Amino acid sequence: MRLLYFAWVKEKTGIAAEDVALPDGVATVGELIAWLKTRGPEFAQAFDRDEVIRAAIDQTHARHDAKIGGATEIAFFPPVTGG
Amino acid sequence: MIRVQTHDFDVGAEIAQIKGARTDIGAIVSFTGTVRDADDTVTEMTLEHYPGMTETELAKIEMDAHARWPLQASLIVHRVGTLKPGDNIVLVVTASAHRDAAFDAAKFLMDYLKTSAPFWKRETGPGGDRWVGAKATDDAAASRWSARKDAAE
Repeated sequence: MRLLYFAWVKEKTGIAAEDVALPDGVATVGELIAWLKTRGPEFAQAFDRDEVIRAAIDQTHARHDAKIGGATEIAFFPPVTGG
Repeated sequence: MIRVQTHDFDVGAEIAQIKGARTDIGAIVSFTGTVRDADDTVTEMTLEHYPGMTETELAKIEMDAHARWPLQASLIVHRVGTLKPGDNIVLVVTASAHRDAAFDAAKFLMDYLKTSAPFWKRETGPGGDRWVGAKATDDAAASRWSARKDAAE
């Protein structure tokens, strides 16, 4: 599964994109965030305030309780600030 | 129509393009958002986005506007990359037979764009770089439209 990071989430993780194999037991966006936090200090810091992290599953906004299912691309980013 | 681009846009040329030779449009509203430096704290603004999702979200927002108001045409242009204070960031144009639809749809497009299109602003100033934070007032502005829709249903 492809993971993408944007804005300060990208700066904190230190990477823009990566391919990962999801461990068993990760079924929702929130569970994916909880797992990402365990992947080292950069990820723990990037996802520290997980309530402010927004996510998109296959380029559609998704809540933390959304099921990942057979998604090919999941993105994490701060609240948007365009316009 | 939607466009995401690094280069500037010409508001007059965009409106002329929308009008073309049409005579059925009675009202054209345009909104231009520019880089603000109100107190000498911003020397540059960089706009990052999520290629692919940005276009999908903008197209969705535009479709919603057309479903709510009798629009004859609309345009959203959003710039990305590094901009300077005073530079154009975003353009929204709506065309309708009457002004109310054009005004309301333009505000709707901006309100939703600000809360759902995946763009992020980073400001550079004398004190360094900082990511611009999202505003609760923007969420409130966007949610007013769904409240109105609920009330109408």
